[in-house]
Amino acid sequence: MVELYVLLAAMIIAALVAIEIRDLLAAAVALGIVGFSVAIMFILLQAPDLAIVQIVVETLTVVFFAAVILRTTNVDGTISGAFRREMVFPAAVYGMFCVLFLIVVGRALAGLPSFGSPTMLVAGQYIALGLERTGAANVVAAIILDFRGYDTLGEATVLFTAVVGVLTIARRGGRKEKNGEDRS
Amino acid sequence: MVALFACMVLLLIGFYAVVTKRNIIRIIIGFSLVEYAVNLFFALVGFKRNGIPPIITELGQSRSNFVDPVPQALVLTAIVIGLATTALMLVLAMRIYEKYRTFDITEIRRLKG
Amino acid sequence: MRGMSPIVQVVARLLAGMLFLFGTYVVLHGHLTPGGGFAGGVLIAASFILMSLAFGSVAQTERNSYTFSSVVESLGGVLFVSLALAGYVGGAFFFQNAAVYGTGTPLRLISSGIILPANIAIGIKVGAGLFAVFLALGASRFVMKD
Repeated sequence: MVELYVLLAAMIIAALVAIEIRDLLAAAVALGIVGFSVAIMFILLQAPDLAIVQIVVETLTVVFFAAVILRTTNVDGTISGAFRREMVFPAAVYGMFCVLFLIVVGRALAGLPSFGSPTMLVAGQYIALGLERTGAANVVAAIILDFRGYDTLGEATVLFTAVVGVLTIARRGGRKEKNGEDRS
Repeated sequence: MVALFACMVLLLIGFYAVVTKRNIIRIIIGFSLVEYAVNLFFALVGFKRNGIPPIITELGQSRSNFVDPVPQALVLTAIVIGLATTALMLVLAMRIYEKYRTFDITEIRRLKG
Repeated sequence: MRGMSPIVQVVARLLAGMLFLFGTYVVLHGHLTPGGGFAGGVLIAASFILMSLAFGSVAQTERNSYTFSSVVESLGGVLFVSLALAGYVGGAFFFQNAAVYGTGTPLRLISSGIILPANIAIGIKVGAGLFAVFLALGASRFVMKD
């Protein structure tokens, strides 16, 4: 599966560009590259549901970033070209944390079933009983709306809370006092 | 195996942006990278070699070759929730800019009443 | 919010209708083809965002569409929870699917019990919610005075 590794390399390069480049709008575009590469990887991993959602969500993410950046500023004032001494210590500590993290991840991944052959204990039951119990031909839709409907209810609540949070924070003007003052 | 490691490297790049950078927009980009890496990790765990998508197209079809549908079901809603939380962080960043005229987190420490 | 040039407006007028139709198709066929409520809802929101970006708007219409979309989002959420509560009707438990509605014949549009109305409710909720979020982020400054 050479395409998987090529896409992963492109994703890592684009991620490094997104966090290091000076212009903020270019960083948002690089984030879009990462997102679309993830969508192509979802197609290669035989998950068309996820690919559709990832493409449209990625487009909207770049639109939201661009909306905020164009309304405020697109110059990153915190990056100077010079090498600053106070960046060495956090970078070194983070490097050690990375090495430890990757060692632990290596041990954890050795315990998983090998890549390309999942165990599918629960999923075998869902696939075998899906069409008779729910009548849905899309097994993923049957899982998220029938077998695991509580999870979908919880996610709908989380989405609602996030939208309410956005609408509240962006609200201007609060209750007016009696003499007409704004309390925002 | 290499693919799963590369996912973890993407996660670490995102965490690096959250921990080290001083610009709020870069921190939000770091959070987005972490979310993409986690969703991709789930989809990679459920992959089956020479598998087909878990959709039944004809009634007599053999279903023994489907890829694992449970990680796909978990990731499907997580992607949209990632968009909503990114929007929440972005609107906070916008309000911070309107009040302090800068995105630099070392300059917004004083709390204005 | 300012609109864009006439070329963009002509193309947006054509594309937004097709996007909305495609989003509705993805929502309604969620139990037969890949997609479902979440993907279709985001597509519907994208069609509204495209129209809003290309044509711009005045502050008054923005405020109206903002309140309308937040009301529609709440209605979508209420519809989803009431569908889940409808599992109580036949004496079954919460979110029970096939006891109340039949499963129907497979591979048809009207089948699979509660999955089709639930997809529609989620599509309405996600679409209206994301359009309200976009208006809060990118719209003009005077839209949210209440």
